[in-house]
Amino acid sequence: MQQAIALPGGSARFCAEVEEISGQDVRRCYQCGKCTAGCPLAFTMDLAPNQVMRMVQLGMENEVLNSQAVWLCAYCLTCTVRCPRQISVGDVMDGLRILARQKGILGSGRGRRVALFNESFLASVKRLGRLYEFGAMLLYNLKSGRLFQNADVGLKMFLRGKLKLGTTRVKKIAEMRNIFKQRLPAVRQEREGVRR
Amino acid sequence: MKIAYFPGCCYETSAREYDVSTRAVCRHLGIELVEPPDWNCCGSTPAHSTDRLLALAMAARNLAQVEEMGLAEVTASCALCYQRLALTQAELAENGELLAEVNRLTGRPYRATVKVRPVLDIIAGLGEEEFRSRVVRPLNGFKIAAYYGCLLVRPSKTKVDDPENPQMMDRVLRLAGAETVDWTHKTECCGASLAISNEEVVVRMVARIIKAAALAGADCIATACAMCHFNLDIRQEKVSRLLGKKYSLPVFYFTQLLGLAMGLNPKEVCVHTHFVDARPLVKKII
Repeated sequence: MQQAIALPGGSARFCAEVEEISGQDVRRCYQCGKCTAGCPLAFTMDLAPNQVMRMVQLGMENEVLNSQAVWLCAYCLTCTVRCPRQISVGDVMDGLRILARQKGILGSGRGRRVALFNESFLASVKRLGRLYEFGAMLLYNLKSGRLFQNADVGLKMFLRGKLKLGTTRVKKIAEMRNIFKQRLPAVRQEREGVRR
Repeated sequence: MKIAYFPGCCYETSAREYDVSTRAVCRHLGIELVEPPDWNCCGSTPAHSTDRLLALAMAARNLAQVEEMGLAEVTASCALCYQRLALTQAELAENGELLAEVNRLTGRPYRATVKVRPVLDIIAGLGEEEFRSRVVRPLNGFKIAAYYGCLLVRPSKTKVDDPENPQMMDRVLRLAGAETVDWTHKTECCGASLAISNEEVVVRMVARIIKAAALAGADCIATACAMCHFNLDIRQEKVSRLLGKKYSLPVFYFTQLLGLAMGLNPKEVCVHTHFVDARPLVKKII
């Protein structure tokens, strides 16, 4: 007897959206679990990488985009080089981060901290064309509301001459600003109202 | 040999030892490194996690400058910079439409002709004889865990060696007179990109790597990545606290070790600014 399980409406749409943005054929995944077995961050994720893959196939958009797992993925690509179905799971995760940002979702907890760090990093690079480590760290502390975190690391760096207090700016900074201006409006800033 | 050199944003700060030792070793080997005149951040993890074209354009603006300089190759010491530049090059070379779109963003017409190579690949490519003839102070008594991390060996489009058991760094260190150990965590991610946002997670990742290197009998670690180096070096106190056992394995850039073997003095390769004091080990051969 054949039975078809009806998926909630729109499930195919989300899977197609993820495949489009990541360039990966998510539907090829047959749940062997190798990505999760080798993932160095699986121990701290709320969803294991193979669960993320399955949930994308099933169109569980809210659950996936609001997970911490997509942000905790460090793009180390261990999963990608081991996948027996030649899916770059790391690029699926990257695509999910991009989608989440486009929809104004920054996740919560540990995942949210990663998203805020990314924002702080890019804010520094947008201003100077290069990363200013000290500035990005301070901005991140402000955004995440934990003013003195990493102060011990900063102090150690300072004592070894590894924290620069002055900034260096790219000469043709207008070229960099132009790249940011054209690409970052596509990313909607998170507003409390858009959070799900 | 003249080659463009991309120092990366951390070259004066957290990755200073890598920049200093790379320049010193290359100078010693007669490899001329030239910086692109107005290089910018490669985009790093935050750019590709945010927008694909943003990431490609940031890397491409640097590659375009290498082409404008009339050079065929660019090298980066930082492995993250290497991976971003190399992945961008690979994608733009195979997709003309994407290249046109990226050129429109950067305003610099790039033709996707530049070859991107990590410093490790360039030095390892020197040839055994040439290499041996340069070693005047063999690294006798060094037992090294060569740690490759992620970025040089993954993904397959840009890897310079095997993703599970790479040998390139082991080979050059052995040619320099050191012993390298077989161990389990050569290419395990150290989590550096999460270090600012989630340090407690990263300490656990670093702990596994340090423990594995010590278990294999190594007395130090060699890296080829700025992110790995900083992360493994600065977090050993916290690792010791977590594991309830004191760990203090000096962490070197492979370029520092090669520089020492080639007769450069320790200051020239900057071994005095590590968080885990590397000087007692270095004294063995000086």
